[in-house]
Amino acid sequence: MVSDLEMEYRAYTFRKLIIIFVFLIGIFIAAGISLSINGMDIGFWDCYNYVWNHIIGTEYELRTPEWRADYMLWNIRLPRIIMAIIVGIGLASCGVAMQSLMSNPLADPYTVGISDGACFGAVSAIVMGFTLTTALSSMGVVISAFIGGLIPAIIIIILSRIVNLTPATAILVGIALSYIFSGMETVVMTSTDADTLKAAYLWQIGTLNGATWEKCLIPAIITAVCSAFLLFSSKNLNLLVLGDESAKSLGLNVDQFRFLCMIVVSVTVAALVSYVGIIGFVGLIIPHVIRMIVGANTKFLIPASMLGGALFLLVADLISRTVVYPDELRVGLVASIIGSPIFLYIILKKKQRYGEVF
Amino acid sequence: MHEVTLDDLEFSYSDGNLVFKNVNISIKNPQLVSIIGPNGVGKSTLIHCMNRILSPTHGTVLVDQKDVSEYKIKELAKKIGYVPYAAKDTFPMTVVDTILMGRNPHKKWNSLHEDLVIVEEVMDMMDIRPLAMKPFNELSAGQHQRVMLARGLAQEPEIILLDEPTANLDIRHQMDVIRLLKKLSVEKNIVVVMISHDLNLAAKYSDNIIMMSKGSIYSIGRPIDVITAESIKAVYDVDSDVIMREGRPFMIIKDNEFIDVEIPESCIVERTDLREHGE
Repeated sequence: MVSDLEMEYRAYTFRKLIIIFVFLIGIFIAAGISLSINGMDIGFWDCYNYVWNHIIGTEYELRTPEWRADYMLWNIRLPRIIMAIIVGIGLASCGVAMQSLMSNPLADPYTVGISDGACFGAVSAIVMGFTLTTALSSMGVVISAFIGGLIPAIIIIILSRIVNLTPATAILVGIALSYIFSGMETVVMTSTDADTLKAAYLWQIGTLNGATWEKCLIPAIITAVCSAFLLFSSKNLNLLVLGDESAKSLGLNVDQFRFLCMIVVSVTVAALVSYVGIIGFVGLIIPHVIRMIVGANTKFLIPASMLGGALFLLVADLISRTVVYPDELRVGLVASIIGSPIFLYIILKKKQRYGEVF
Repeated sequence: MHEVTLDDLEFSYSDGNLVFKNVNISIKNPQLVSIIGPNGVGKSTLIHCMNRILSPTHGTVLVDQKDVSEYKIKELAKKIGYVPYAAKDTFPMTVVDTILMGRNPHKKWNSLHEDLVIVEEVMDMMDIRPLAMKPFNELSAGQHQRVMLARGLAQEPEIILLDEPTANLDIRHQMDVIRLLKKLSVEKNIVVVMISHDLNLAAKYSDNIIMMSKGSIYSIGRPIDVITAESIKAVYDVDSDVIMREGRPFMIIKDNEFIDVEIPESCIVERTDLREHGE
């Protein structure tokens, strides 16, 4: 027999699933709008029609308008949209994970110094002679940024095993490492010429421009693995909410779980940063905004944040492409400029406080 | 029948600061045991060693004749439940989600129905059913405490450790909680070990009491043997009279240094809504 509590709980779960479904529809609409702003006068549904026809293997005669439309949508617009979705999912889910792991609302995917490490890696590669013009040298920058991003994360992960860092201390160590890498990056940047300095500086501001199917592959695989792991671990992330002692007494090996999560999050964030640069806001703020909507249970918070992050980045990218057309703003800038005021409005409008922050 | 044995237990912090040593205790059979003692003598540290939140620097903790360090962490969580003194609420969930966490050691992929039946049962026991869908951080301190107790009970442990379970509760709920713990020990064969600062509550309801003083156990036994004016003076440095009430010791504090001075009329606190109009 189903009790009143079970009916209430199932209704509560259903409401969360509806919200998640609404985010999915939002992504479908935003991606469709993004595809349809293409300079070729192809409408919303026609764009999806071209994409579907490409998937089922329809081929067009070379150089015809249909062939051009298919080529442009499939090879230029769609990879960028997919990259926005991948990065949004990855950063937002890693943000939720870091906030739960650190029991700290100020934690984000870059808390352990990944962004400054990656910047140092990328800037060093650019200054040492890699340019962003060829595929090989571009991969050199990506690899260098990935390794640079992982260094501070690995230092913190090792330290937390050796000297048993508390989450708060780990955050402080992350800040200290960020300063070190930021300082070294400045040293490298100030020792180069103006053109290289500009290239190095621009790399740091996140962009989805130049996304291709090849570039999407590795971030997609890593984000898929990370997302599956975090969705599977949502129950354990919930246990950490009431503190380590409580989690241990409920059968969670806290140190081992935190260690494993840190590795997964660090590899994912370092990979994303190395491909698209630094995109702030998504990993810190999206989890907070989504928490206000679906609550703090990570079983719903993680999937909703993934979709919320993807939707936000799609909209930010759409704005970055259209607001100064035919030029383009960088999505990292748009995310901060439009995201922060919206977030401030939500905080100030919210009368009810939910946790330490809201 | 369950058994907890602490054998020559010692705990020091990494800087060498000794918390306690030579702790030898055996708790056999279901019963309610209270740990009492002044602040800072290591009561919480002792129960943290019992459920492996902390590792003792020397000695062993045996649960049903098996060293706790040899249990898989989930198996241990099925045996020993723990109710902390205060819970963090950085990212508060609903009350029902918080209590459902207690089912973690028993959870299977399709056990939601069974888990919710148990959760509803413990919520009724703790008189918090109407709070089910409320966020944890919107509760009063006493309601927090009852939710954490419900979570501990949802764990269905054989041994439950509680760090000041009656702190923050009004006298009605203090009585309800401690009666419930006593009932659980008898009806569900659970060993209940709780830390308490209320000596009279501990004396009234406990089967046995462990009195800790700085760095060690001062005395262990039945309330009548442990709660004496001499032991209270030795451990707390407080003068008291201990009288017998309903077959249990009852402590009355004596404070010879307290000077009761009558305050002037102007200092009196009164209800203003009962004043006559125009007064």
